[in-house]
Amino acid sequence: MATMSDATRDAPPLVFDRPLLRRRLERAARLGPEPFLLERAAEDMADRLAAVKRQFETAVDLGTPTDALAHALDGHAAVGRLFRAAPLATGLVAPGVVADEEALPFAAGSLDLVVSVLSLQSVNDLPGVLAQVRRTLKPDGLFMAALFGGGSLSELRQAFAIAESETTGGLSPRVAPFADVRDLGALLQRAGFALPVTDVDRVVVRYGSPFSLFSDLRRMGAANALLERRRVPLRRATLLRAAEIYGERFADPDGRVRATFEIVFLSGWAPHESQQKPLRPGSAKMRLADALGAREVPLPPVGTDEG
Amino acid sequence: MIQAQRPGHDVDPKLLEILVCPLTKAPLEYDRDRQELVSRAARLAYPIRDGIPIMLADEARKLDESELTR
Repeated sequence: MATMSDATRDAPPLVFDRPLLRRRLERAARLGPEPFLLERAAEDMADRLAAVKRQFETAVDLGTPTDALAHALDGHAAVGRLFRAAPLATGLVAPGVVADEEALPFAAGSLDLVVSVLSLQSVNDLPGVLAQVRRTLKPDGLFMAALFGGGSLSELRQAFAIAESETTGGLSPRVAPFADVRDLGALLQRAGFALPVTDVDRVVVRYGSPFSLFSDLRRMGAANALLERRRVPLRRATLLRAAEIYGERFADPDGRVRATFEIVFLSGWAPHESQQKPLRPGSAKMRLADALGAREVPLPPVGTDEG
Repeated sequence: MIQAQRPGHDVDPKLLEILVCPLTKAPLEYDRDRQELVSRAARLAYPIRDGIPIMLADEARKLDESELTR
């Protein structure tokens, strides 16, 4: 029997150590999760759903690490029944389901809505996940997700890069690669979503010291889970130097340090007849020249074009 | 991990309706007595704990031949 990680091993390049990530999430649940960004993104998503004039009968919350989204959508006018699907049983109550975001256990065309907050930045095969989500949706079903994007934790990335090259003479990946917002839009389209939309919420959080940022990241389950990470523990000297560089470069006059988070919102619809789409060529009812108030210049007759 | 065991805690019927095997996407059979969701195609039985189906292949029980021919 192939385990799930075996099954995906020969597919796309693996970036994240998913079993380790699950342990990181377990630790985060023990520490008491850092709710601030999750709650902000969850509230934002609830507002966005309120703007969609539709009722979604059967909905799945895919991988949101806490009940923040379930909470924000509790009693929401647009959402009928919401089932939480999370990679850990911790904090999950029935009617929830434990599932891996990379192997969805939902039947094709069974869901009206799939939502997800701050989880999909750490899947190995995002195009595959999007394709699976798209298949589970009914026609005209909606997918809406928030995930950390490209510019997130750029300060931390820089501080670690400098500190590590100074103390160990080399670099190892410390901060996850995050997808760029433009790439995410293209991925939605490739996965067959109609009317794809992406936008970014840039959040700058100020911390008393870099160490409170590190602690928050652990509480988000966001500590390093990269497969290529150095397998020896981070040297204390490197960590201290990174904190020092962080403080030197990214502190405000009052001494607090800045950390940038980019929360990318994605949405797309499972295609349906009723959705707006481009008109067929030649179906225009008005001349473009009239609309522009310009003189129409006829094309040369067909056949004279060399290209 | 300590979890309150509540026998007879049934899976939500609507949830059962939409669940499939995460590996094969084939339909599942609900074994109420054993509290398992059985995927014959993947030869796996996914456990249900406190009414929560654990749809992870590495947590599933491998089915033996006698169970498959049943």
